[in-house]
Amino acid sequence: MTEIDLDKSEVRELNSMLHSLDDKSSESSFRVISPKGKHNIAVGVDAKADITIEGHAGHYVGGMNKHANITVTGNAGSGLAENIMSGVVRVKGNSSQYTGATGRGGLIVVEGDAAARCGISMKGVDIVVGGSVGHMCAFLGQSGNMVICGDAGDALGDSIFELQIFVQGKIKSLGHDCEEKDMGPEQMAKLTELLDKAQIKADPQKFKLYGPARTLYNFKIDNAYLP
Amino acid sequence: MNKPSVNEETGPVEDSALQESYIWSKQTIQEIQRAATEGIYSIRGGGAKRKVPHFDDLLFLGASMSRYPLEGYREKCDTNVTLGTRFAKKPLHLDIPITIAGMSFGALSAQAKDALGKGAAAMGTTTTTGDGGMTQEERASSKTLVYQMLPSRYGMNPDDLRKADAIEVVCGQGAKPGGGGMLLGQKISDRVAEMRTLPKGIDQRSACRHPDWTGPDDLEIKINEIREITDWEKPIYIKVGATRTRYDVQLACKAGADVIVVDGMQGGTAATQDVFIEQVGIPTLPAVRIAVDALKEMGMHRKVQLIVSGGIRNGSDVAKCMALGADAVAIGMAALYALGDNSQKYAEEYHKMGSAPGYYDAYHLGRCPAGITTQDPELAKRFDPELGGRRIKNLLQTMILEAQTLARACGKSHLHNLEPEDLVALTVEAAAMAKVPLAGTDWYPGKDSSY
Repeated sequence: MTEIDLDKSEVRELNSMLHSLDDKSSESSFRVISPKGKHNIAVGVDAKADITIEGHAGHYVGGMNKHANITVTGNAGSGLAENIMSGVVRVKGNSSQYTGATGRGGLIVVEGDAAARCGISMKGVDIVVGGSVGHMCAFLGQSGNMVICGDAGDALGDSIFELQIFVQGKIKSLGHDCEEKDMGPEQMAKLTELLDKAQIKADPQKFKLYGPARTLYNFKIDNAYLP
Repeated sequence: MNKPSVNEETGPVEDSALQESYIWSKQTIQEIQRAATEGIYSIRGGGAKRKVPHFDDLLFLGASMSRYPLEGYREKCDTNVTLGTRFAKKPLHLDIPITIAGMSFGALSAQAKDALGKGAAAMGTTTTTGDGGMTQEERASSKTLVYQMLPSRYGMNPDDLRKADAIEVVCGQGAKPGGGGMLLGQKISDRVAEMRTLPKGIDQRSACRHPDWTGPDDLEIKINEIREITDWEKPIYIKVGATRTRYDVQLACKAGADVIVVDGMQGGTAATQDVFIEQVGIPTLPAVRIAVDALKEMGMHRKVQLIVSGGIRNGSDVAKCMALGADAVAIGMAALYALGDNSQKYAEEYHKMGSAPGYYDAYHLGRCPAGITTQDPELAKRFDPELGGRRIKNLLQTMILEAQTLARACGKSHLHNLEPEDLVALTVEAAAMAKVPLAGTDWYPGKDSSY
């Protein structure tokens, strides 16, 4: 295992080293200490590496991740794993706003709470939150799955496209065009699989499923345009 | 005036004697009646149609006794520009200061995007992606390609970020500052849907705000993230629609932009509300001057490069932007027209759609007979990317020759040597906006004012 102390090295040096990894690299395990809330730690990694960040990370930690398995042992700032493509990004504490924004694949696990706009514009990523989420989560979500083991704030799932949201706790309010759906065996299996992958203990039977009402998919004027 | 019954002394009243109301013009009445029928705003493509002060309201002062001109055909007049000198390891070295503005695959056919890349590459300049991600065709045909990062982030991925030559964070667009993109279901084909992760055939509404930052302080961190992902190689642009230009330019500088793109209200779009196109933003003419002054105020003029767009049509517009202090310009609508949009060749088909060559703006419907603003494979097949590329090259070449002609006439051996002192204004409004003297005077509104 390689250890990088961010008191002694710059984030630039860390990222540069992580970007140099490929299938032939002899080292694939990294321990980052003294992150002290620094921004842009381990962004743009494209390698099957295990990266543990011991402490609190700032904005965009794990941004655009491909393949890597990244763990933050403390809390994470805004834009955690934004636009993630694949791999796993896990935060043992809480995450700030925009967690997993526009993520296109892979898995994000927040063991604590996630703040507002978690999963905004998500495009295929799976997000599992062990605690509760703030307002406007999954806004404009296009694809993927969001699992919320606690409660959700206002306007959950506003203007979503084809996204599944599983919620165990209370929802302050649903957003425009988001409605409760029937949970079939397929959805139950997906939820069970995601909780297992996230290693979060919860009873899938206690969750409800939410998705798009699809009333916003087309402007009603569309067929009446007069040039 | 109502048409009176026939006057026995003068005969029937001619239609030409009818007085149209300025407030209640025929167009206004038609729009009210359309709204009353449909119950929703009008959507269209293109740019502002209203008359606003523009570069035609400025003239060059050619050299005579007080300045020496350069010979108009043979003497050297350079046109190159370097973009991204502030932070990027690999700034862009362009042969000409005219670039192709961002237009999405989705709004345009893949063939049209290919042609833009070919034409730009042939002239040593950049083309730009758009709100639909990067296509392989466009990357292959573009020598230097600017990759847009928009609020929607459709198709965004780190591989394409690294394939790009520069990255443009789009915070606004001249046609609709404060508005998100719009692509109606007719243009959401299988390929467009897949690239954007959207269901086929829906009316796509893009976000108007970025999903993972909310202000210039956050944007600074976001830009550093992009720089980290791309190992600080690529120039980072910030594009804004021209509105509160002084503040936006200065905040973009603060956020760490290498290049700032200011897009005036005449800039085009693939689709948005007509009221947005016509009623929001400021014209390109004042935007240039405000942006340059804002950069000078921060000591950043020429250190952060300025690209201006919105209604740039010819070499005269280019030269005037340069004279006012821009480093480069971008063209969008001019490029579409060069490709053949609104061509007389398709007059009959435009007429069938209730329009005519020179007027067609229903880009959102995807029925472009020239095969440019469409995703219909049959219509797109009509468009020849090789020919389109040559037409773009020809337009860019013509614009450069015109701009050089004007620069030489002013005694300048590089387009960037043009200066505000080479210009006068034809109208008081243009004089006030460009801060150059009204022709025949040494005065412009606000000059020497302490206000």
